Amino acid sequence: MAPHFGLAEFGFLLRGLQWTMLLTLVAFVGGCTAGLAVALLRTCGHKGVEWVIRIYIGIFQGTPLLLQLFVVYYGLALTGLKLDAFVAVAIGFTVNASAFLGEIWRGAIQAVPRGQTEGAMALGLHYSSRMRDIVLPQAIRISLPATIGYLVQLIKGTSLAAIVGFIELARAGQIVSNQTFQPLLVFGVVGAMYFILCWPLSWWGSRMEARLALASQR
Amino acid sequence: MQDQILIEMKGVQKWYGGYQALRNVDLTVRRGEKIVLCGPSGSGKSTLIRCINRLEPIQQGSIVVNGHRLDDSIKAIDVVRQDVGMVFQSFNLFPHMTVLQNCTLAPIRARRASKSEAEATARKYLERVRIGDQAEKYPAQLSGGQQQRVAIARALCMQPKVMLFDEPTSALDPEMVKEVLDTMIGLANDGMTMICVTHEMGFARQVADRVIFMAEGQIIEEGAPEAFFRNPQHARTRQFLGEILAHH
Ligand SMILES: Nc1ncnc2c1ncn2[C@@H]1O[C@H](COP(=O)(O)OP(=O)(O)O)[C@@H](O)[C@H]1O
Ligand SMILES: [Mg+2]
Repeated sequence: MAPHFGLAEFGFLLRGLQWTMLLTLVAFVGGCTAGLAVALLRTCGHKGVEWVIRIYIGIFQGTPLLLQLFVVYYGLALTGLKLDAFVAVAIGFTVNASAFLGEIWRGAIQAVPRGQTEGAMALGLHYSSRMRDIVLPQAIRISLPATIGYLVQLIKGTSLAAIVGFIELARAGQIVSNQTFQPLLVFGVVGAMYFILCWPLSWWGSRMEARLALASQR
Repeated sequence: MQDQILIEMKGVQKWYGGYQALRNVDLTVRRGEKIVLCGPSGSGKSTLIRCINRLEPIQQGSIVVNGHRLDDSIKAIDVVRQDVGMVFQSFNLFPHMTVLQNCTLAPIRARRASKSEAEATARKYLERVRIGDQAEKYPAQLSGGQQQRVAIARALCMQPKVMLFDEPTSALDPEMVKEVLDTMIGLANDGMTMICVTHEMGFARQVADRVIFMAEGQIIEEGAPEAFFRNPQHARTRQFLGEILAHH
């Protein structure tokens, strides 16, 4: 006799949700940090460095995330480095996020009018101050809708982590569904959890976008 | 006398890729001198003044500013930019900062001034360009003329030895041109060394010690304003002046 979907099953899904959120948080924070470095190097003005970063971005944007997770999990195991499933997927998602966020911010940095940098240079401001005080504050504002959009994709994309045996929300749903034979109910609950996580972000993102569009009209 | 000379450009050649924008430019600017640079669009006026604070690198020739030779070293570029203020056609104020923050950022970061010291200096110069009451506003809340006056104050806060102006009134509505020109005239009367790219010939007559005419990357002709306007030597200059005066 299969168990019905009850409190215990719901609790199991909640733990999956927690892992999804934790994985997203780690990947997003790590991806933002590394992505900032990627974006700065990609716009540093040194042809050789820019070229290397372009290839880096190209590799992570041009191959399936699934493959990248396999490489981190199984590939590193081959070299004798046996990683915990969470650590492996966290690394995989972080590196992948650094490429995507780096590219989003590269575009935003380049979208800040050239006159801003020139104005700052004419005042004798150095690179670090030009970036920190002038370019990045404006670039972050420009990139906010795309960055939030990426975060939403990341939350949903973490379900791929199941492939190396990591139990996050989608995988937890699959397990519960197999046990209870109540797929519609279970996946309905799982879907609602994703929705509650993603929808406010999407809403915030489109509001930011509308506000930016308004500001640029003025 | 040597130390009377603030800027000396010798044999300056500048290319953008394969296109030569400056051809063998020689220019000497004495301390306190006011120069108006004019010429048709694309003749290299912006390029010339942008080479002085190294917004553009040059390929040949030499530029010395206040005794410091400008080369590719960060040190030299730093030293020269400390001495040279610049005002752009499009203002280039920082939109995410208040007027006051626009004016204090560079002194704090590049001159290591304290915040209170920088703010005192900023308020002094904002008063001087008659915009002291707008210090807490953001650039977008100001008119074009006010923004350009803020840009002038911002440059002055670094206490430059020379001010470069690149068509400072070209982006302004006609009714705002005068307030900016008056500010520049005030600056000139206070003895500031200035190089102004502008087509405001009234301004040139009033404040310029020398008017320089450029075409196709070369300095074609220069002279005191009266002589320059009354009796231009080159056909190219006459043609240009004819076109300008027809518009005014
Ligand atoms: N960054 C650039 N890259 C390539 N060509 C440029 C660049 N800036 C200016 N030029 C060219 O150099 C010439 C001189 O430009 P500029 O100094 O801006 O002239 P002006 O200020 O007298 O109108 C023009 O033909 C212009 O197209
Ligand atoms: Mg120009």
